[in-house]
Parts: sequence; structure tokens; C-alpha cells
Amino acid sequence: MEFLTSVGFLTGLSIVLALLLVFANRKLSVYEDPRIAQVQDMLPGANCGACGVPGCAAFSEELVAGKALPSGCSVGGPETAEAIASFLGIDAGSAERKIARLLCAGGCDVAGDIVDYAGFSSCRAAATVAGGSKACTWGCLGLADCEVACDFDAIHMGSTGLPVVDADKCTACGDCVDICPKNLFELHSENQKLLVQCKSLLAGDDATDLCQVACTGCGICAADAPAGLIEMKNNLAIVDKNNFFDQTEIATLRCPTGAIIWLDGQQFPKEQRSAKLQKI
Amino acid sequence: MNVLNKTLEIRTSPHLKSAVSTDQIMMHVVIALVPTTLFAIYAFGLAALLILSVTTFTAILTEHIYCRLNNKETTITDWSAAITGLLLGLTLPPALPLWMAALGSVASIALVKLLFGGLGYNIFNPALGGRAILQAAFPVAITTWHPAFLADRFSSIPSSSFAWPFTTGTYDAVAGATPLGNMKFNQVSTDVTDMAMGLTSGSVGETSAVLILLGGAYLVARNMMNWKIPVVIFITVAILSGIVNFFNPNTPTPMFMLLSGGMMLGAVFMATDMVSSPVTDRGIIAYSVIIGIMVTVIRLWGGLPEGMMYAVLMGNAVSPLLNRSLKSRVYGTGKKGGAK
Amino acid sequence: MFNFLSHGNKTFDRGVHPGDFKEQTRTLPIERMPLVDEYILPLSQHLGGPSKAVVSVGEKVIRGQLIAEPAGFVSAALHASVTGTVIAIEPRPHPSGRFVESIVIKRDPYSAQRLFDEHATDWKKMEPAELLRAIQQGGFVGLGGAAFPTHVKLSVPPGKKVDFFMINAAECEPYLTSDHRVMLEQPEAIFLGIRICMKILGAKRAYLGAEINKLDALAQLQSQIPADLPCEIVPLETKYPQGAEKMLTEAVLKREIPSGKLPIDIQVVVNNVGTVAAIGDLFRYNQPVIERVVTMTGPGIQNPRNLLIPIGTKLTEVIEFCGGMKEDVRQILFGGPMMGNAVRSTDVPITKGTSGVVFFTEDEMVSTKEYPCIRCMRCVDACPVYLNPTQLGALARAGHYDDMMDLNIMDCMECGSCSYACPSNIPLVQSFRVGKALLREKMARERAEG
Repeated sequence: MEFLTSVGFLTGLSIVLALLLVFANRKLSVYEDPRIAQVQDMLPGANCGACGVPGCAAFSEELVAGKALPSGCSVGGPETAEAIASFLGIDAGSAERKIARLLCAGGCDVAGDIVDYAGFSSCRAAATVAGGSKACTWGCLGLADCEVACDFDAIHMGSTGLPVVDADKCTACGDCVDICPKNLFELHSENQKLLVQCKSLLAGDDATDLCQVACTGCGICAADAPAGLIEMKNNLAIVDKNNFFDQTEIATLRCPTGAIIWLDGQQFPKEQRSAKLQKI
Repeated sequence: MNVLNKTLEIRTSPHLKSAVSTDQIMMHVVIALVPTTLFAIYAFGLAALLILSVTTFTAILTEHIYCRLNNKETTITDWSAAITGLLLGLTLPPALPLWMAALGSVASIALVKLLFGGLGYNIFNPALGGRAILQAAFPVAITTWHPAFLADRFSSIPSSSFAWPFTTGTYDAVAGATPLGNMKFNQVSTDVTDMAMGLTSGSVGETSAVLILLGGAYLVARNMMNWKIPVVIFITVAILSGIVNFFNPNTPTPMFMLLSGGMMLGAVFMATDMVSSPVTDRGIIAYSVIIGIMVTVIRLWGGLPEGMMYAVLMGNAVSPLLNRSLKSRVYGTGKKGGAK
Repeated sequence: MFNFLSHGNKTFDRGVHPGDFKEQTRTLPIERMPLVDEYILPLSQHLGGPSKAVVSVGEKVIRGQLIAEPAGFVSAALHASVTGTVIAIEPRPHPSGRFVESIVIKRDPYSAQRLFDEHATDWKKMEPAELLRAIQQGGFVGLGGAAFPTHVKLSVPPGKKVDFFMINAAECEPYLTSDHRVMLEQPEAIFLGIRICMKILGAKRAYLGAEINKLDALAQLQSQIPADLPCEIVPLETKYPQGAEKMLTEAVLKREIPSGKLPIDIQVVVNNVGTVAAIGDLFRYNQPVIERVVTMTGPGIQNPRNLLIPIGTKLTEVIEFCGGMKEDVRQILFGGPMMGNAVRSTDVPITKGTSGVVFFTEDEMVSTKEYPCIRCMRCVDACPVYLNPTQLGALARAGHYDDMMDLNIMDCMECGSCSYACPSNIPLVQSFRVGKALLREKMARERAEG
């Protein structure tokens, strides 16, 4: 008898609970466009935020709602954008591929330290202490915060203590731009070939005293390039980022320090760098 | 102009430091344990000396080997392994086979401490964790007590100490019941003064309440121990057992509760382990109350005569939760913050 | 006269006792630093936007003449500290480690160095708004070290009122004695400054709080308070960071400044005693901020001194005047050792915020051997704003900056008490600075994106 009571009670209880669940499922369900989940599956899932919204789930909602274009995801690349565009029957949009470039060429071989830094090994931490140990206060501290921040294994510290961006792996997510305490990273279009690898505001010998490959603000590149392409500002050569057509390697040829370079895909390929150094 | 011997150095502020370092804190804990240790050796003779040496040495060796295997600088210089070994030894019965003691020591260091990431990362107190493992593995051996103050304690060693590994050995002396065991199973109370002075049977280092408190006072005076933890535990236990004793005089008195078994050693040296206790003021109080309640409940209504070990481990387990749920008031917030 | 000593000294909860190390300079009277050939005046010596130069290269300037005007409300004016010629306006090394746009003046060796338009101002006839404008034009910033523009602090926003004016003379930083000497040597300037500030603020009462290790200065001020000035001298316990605004207010008034708020939200304005004395000088001589008292001290300097140094004097020259450094100097700190910054070279100028320069040799440099956090809670007991540095430190190490926000990291004032107390030498403050900077940048980005 006792046995039957307990079996009966448990059965009754489970039926009541099951009914409660059925009721909850009916009443409390929220309709979600099934395409959102499918689009999210097509996205890379890196949740990097490069598209401007927090995470891939939110981006898929915007895509389905028509508030964003598939090309907004720089990580997935053109194939992903195409696939999503054809799935949703919309235009993929066009976005030129961007790559993170380091605006500093002052590795430990050409730019020295002025003091010893004692503390934990992070650019962000070192920058809080008198701006770090490097003589050039604009330059790369070389303590690899960007290498740690990069989710795509695209940044590795090179032999001279500068981060080398693997142009093929870089997705232009912008994490390195945000983490660098010296603001040395910029996202450039892959069509942008002229690059000034320096942010020092000093002129002439003052600049080269701190770093052999600094931009001295001499203005030769601006004079050699087509008019208006390169502008001199605060002792720095600034290249027009919207004018790919006028770009020419001639602008780099007479640079006394090699601060301005002609890029072919990869920044800091070994040969190019050593050639420049021999010139100095 | 001046020429300096070396280039300047840049560091983050502050550029001054208090004089105390972590290894010094650890060293002072060892110093605080010295009176208890010496008394243990006096009370149990060579058996205690052996078991304490084995646990301490094994703990240090385990840590050293682990660091070597991982190609890290050895961490035995921070004294923490020595503390764990010593504390484990003090919680064990004097005549426990030495191989079991060594095994417990390895378990303490390797499983409870290093596996969690080493000093500062362990969730449980390593010594108590190791003892819990021993208790689970060898329930009989770890509750077989050896009488204190035997006449031949400095000339002979209990034969069980040298039992071969994986054997329990034979116990020669008639097992002396601990005050707690006597109370639980025989309803016989023990003189409170005897317990305070440590003239009873029990684990190697649990017996003398006075010396343990002396060591605790030394640490408190040096600001190396949170006095609130033992005090709150004692108060909780005293109040709870006082209430129960008032309604049922057959249960132990608050004084008996405080002075018997591992209460003193546990409250003063185990529960106060900084790593495994909470870090907020309110968390510390809650943690101590939980330990006090647990130990009283286990002792009065549980199947075991002693509950200190499980009570402290329980407290350790809830510490992270307490840290999160019982945050301290931040300056300028709440009632006093004068948010008008 | 000493009746205030019989009461227990006021103080705040928690904090640390680093020892004061002030013996080297506390009895040395303020000396005037001789003029040198070249002065470097950075356009950014204060918190807020950099000033805008109003002189050009080649121009002749007179001591006390305006050479850069404030760019916006939270900014400060800058004056020539010497009569001479502007020889350059270019980036020069700054104590912060950066290169900062600076006006470089070469001294005219034949000038008498008389002050530009020296006269006493009848402040009694001026309206509070006029007084405030005079302070803004005088280039005033907090001379205690933070260098926040003084006129911003003294401006009472509409709808707010000020009951108490607090003069911060705690000087809780070890080694430094500049405020101590100012109190001993310039009581009239201080009292005049207090009157003017109180008039601007409409405050009913003033409190001057100083640590009890400056007993002689306290006693002297107490004996000289004018009968009609409602100012109270409050002796405080010698404890760090007694001079933090929040701590000083708590010690004197027993009131906490709400989290994320300013003293003015509880009707209090706090100003440093050196600033107040300089305000007095502004109305006595029409002298803007062109010089300040700096303590040159520490075991690494040959002759420690309290010096009155024109702003812009290069550290190298000051060191030379003090007999040079000892050879084993390893660290030079601008400000005290608790919150001061190490500088990278001696080529930097003395700025308005430089309250002292401390020279450390290898012997004073503490061990950096790091142990794991053992959660001893010494940092918790040290934090004057009741944060939990051990948990914050763990979060910072793991990079969980958002979680640090929930533990009120933004209330951290980077006073360094936690790092001081930590037996494991964990660089807590440094990791908090990193975390706070990243969080601030993130918030700014989110604001920009809407």
C-alpha cells in the first residue's frame, strides 16, 4: 500500500510539473527570426566587436534586420560576406580590406633606452611610469601588449622588439589599436602603399638622437611626391589616406632615415629592413 | 655635472614599502608553532618527533621536486611548505604509521596546494585537506590514539610507527581515548584544567590549549593573524553549546567544547590560514560563524567525536562565495556615505 | 595656546604609517635659487587642456608677464618666470616623461629682474567674481602636486553653496617639507589667501589641517590667527594619505565625500596651503605663479634644501646648486615617494606641481621580488576608501577590467597605500592605473559611438 502511495504521488507530481512546463512554453515563448541563428552560425564567432556591435549574435540581429551589411564583418572576409548576402538575399556591400600598420620602426637596434624600467612587463604598465624606458617617448615599448591582445595570432614580436603584423592573418578588428598605449597602430587599406613609420614630433638631430630611423620632418618626401599627397605637420610627414592613385615609390627614395617606406603587403619583411639599415 | 654609477631606474609609485614580506609572515607562523611543537614532543616523545619530522620534511621535498619538474625556481624558501608539513603533523595521532604520515604530506602539498596553482591559489587549507584524505583512506589508524606521557616515551617508539607501507602495523600500547571520544562514546567528561594544559591524549599538537593560544597571541601582536576568526569561532561554539548544555546537562559544557580536540589548533592556526579564508570583513565574520556552527553540530549530533577539520574545510569551501556576496562598504556609499 | 594638543589628534580610518623622513630638511629655511641662463616653461603644467602661447620666438618678455593663456575653462595661464627673450617654442622633456610643447626663455643678464607691474591690490573692494578672475589670470594651479586649476576649484556651480573652506597642510608625503616651511615663514600670506578664498566662496568657516609632525608651524599659526578670521587650526595624526581631499574632510568634519562626488557636494572646498599663500602674494605684490617652494631632499643629494625656485628651472641646475648628486643615485622622484613619479633624466624643468624632488640611492630602493598573493588583507586594512585591492589585483591580472568596475575601481585615488602594505610586493597600484586607463578609454569610445 505504502509503495503504491509513493508511486502515485510521484506520478501526480510529475504530471503537474509537466503541465506547468507546457504552459510556460506556450505563454512565455518569444518569437525569434530563425535566420538570426543561421546567420550567426555563418559568422566567424570571434566576438571581437570590429563590426561596431558587441558580439556576433548582436551583429546577426542587425544583419537580419537590415541595419548592417555583411561586409561589416572584417574578420570573416569577402567569402563570408558573400555567403551571408546570398542567404539573406541582400547586397554584401563593399569594404576594402584593411590591415593594422605600426607607425614606428624604432626597434632596439636603432632606438635605445634612456633609463631602466622595473615593473611588470606590459606596455600599458610601463607607459604609466614616466612613459616607459625608451628614449623616444612616441616609440614602441616592445612589451607585447598587442601580441597578447590579438585574437587572430596575427601579431608576433620580431627580433628587434617590434610587433610584426602578419598581413594575411590580420582581420582589422582593431584590438591592437585600442590596447597600444602609444597609439602606434592604424588600420590602413591594403591599397595604401606609402607608410611613415614614425610618430616623433621632434625635428632634425633632436629626432635622430633618440632614434636612427625617425622622421626628421625634413620634407623631402613631400617635395618629391605629387603635390598634395604628403603634408608636413608637426615635423611629421602625413600621407593622404584617400589618394591611392597618386602614390609613388619615388617619395621614399631620398628619405635620409628611411622613415617613409613603400609597402608591398607585409610591413617589416626581413630583406627590406636590413637594406634600409645599410643605407644609414 | 654629476656622473652616476648606473643609469637611472623608473618604477611605479609608491617608492616606499612596509618592512614585512610574505616569507617573513610565513616564518613567524612557524615560530608561533614552536611552543606547541616542543610540548608535543615532550608529551609524546620520540613518536611525535618522528612524525613531525617526516611530515615537514616530506612536504618541503614534495614542493621542491614539483618546482624542479616544472623548471621553476624553488618556492620552499617562502616557508609555506614547512607550515603545511608541520601543521599536518600536529593534527595526526602520534603512533600513526610514518608511511601514512608521509603520504598525507605529499597529498597536502601536491593535491591540495600545487594542483590548484601553489601558494595563494589553493581553495582549501593544505594541511587539513591532506588530513581529510588520510581520514578517508585510513579511518581506523587515524582515530587510534596513543596515550601521552608514557614513561618510556623517550626511549622507545611505538611499533606501529614503523609499519611497512600498505600495512597498519600493530598497536602496542592500549589506545588512550581522547576527551572527545570519552565524551561521545562513554559519556565521561575530562577535567578542564588537564585539557587546557594538555595533559590528555589526542593528536600530536592538539593537546595544549594554552600554548596554542600563546602562539596565536604572538601572531596577533605582529599583525600576522586575524584575531577575529578564532574569537568569533569560540564565541559561536560557546553560545551554541551553552544553550544546548542548559537544556540537556549531559552534553559537554562550553568550556569542554573549547578546550577539547582540535578546536584550539583548528581555530587559531587552520581557520586563520589567510589564503583559504575570506577577504572582506563581513565575510570573515560569516566564515567564522559557519565554522563555529558546523563544529558544534558535528560534535553534538554527528557520528564523529571531532568535527573541527570538516568545519574548517566547509568554511574554506564557502569563502569564495562569501567574498562575492558579503562585500565591504565602499567609502562614500551607503548610509555613512551621506548620499543625500 | 597648546590646548589643542590635549585632545586626540583627528584622523581618518585605515591608511598606513610609512614614517615621515622629514628630518633632513624640516629645519632648513627657504632659500632663493639663483637665476640661471635658460628657463623651460611647458605649456602643460596642470590638469586640463594645454595653454596657448601668446608670445613668439624672438620676443622680449618681462618677469611675471603673461606668455600663454588658458585654452578653455579647465586650463591655466602661464607667465614668464624671468626677464629675457623667447628663444624657442618646441617639444622639450617634461617630468611626466613625455615631450611637451614648451616656451624656452633665455635670461637677459643685464635686467634687474623686476616684477612686471608690481603693486598691491585692494581686494576688499573687489567682487568675488573679480577676485576669481584675478586668480585665473594669475595662472594658479594646486601647488600640492596634482596641479588642478585653482579657479575651477574656487568656482561654486549654480545651485551649490560652500560652508567650509579647508586648507590642506597635511603634507602627508614623507620627505617633503615645502608646505611646512611655507607655514612657518609666510603666515601673513596664508591668512590673506584664506580671507580672499573665503570671500570668493562665501564660506562661513575655514579649517587648516596639518599633521602633528609640524607642531612648530601649527603652534605659530595658532598664535597668529587674526581675531576676526573664523579659521581653526586642526592638528591631524601623522598618517598617510592624510592629505587626500576625502581623508582630510573625513578627519576634520567627520563626513565622507560620496563616491564619485566632489567635496563641494558636501559644501566643502579644499585647497593646498602653498596655493593659498601664493594667492596671498598675488594680492600683496600682483605676483602670478612664477616661482614655488621645492624641497630638494633624499639620501642621494649632497646638500638637501628648501628652495624657492622660478618655474622652468632645469633640474640639472638645481642639483648643481645643491652640491650635486651622490654617485650611487638610482632614482629621482618628482613629488614624494608615495605618489611621486620617477623621472627619466635631469633635463626636465621644475613645474608648478613640483612640491619636492627626492633622490634615492640603491639602498632606499625596495625589493621587487614578487610572491603570490596570500590574501593577508593588509591592503584591505590599508585602503582609505575601503576598496578590496586583493580582489581587484586578481581581476587586473586576469584582465577582467569590467568586473573591476563593479568593485568601484574608479574610486581608487592611486595613493599607493595598498602597494605599500603588500608583503608580496605585488604592483597593485600600477595594475589599477592600467585598468582605470583602459576603462576610461572604453567608456570614451562607447560615448563616441553613442
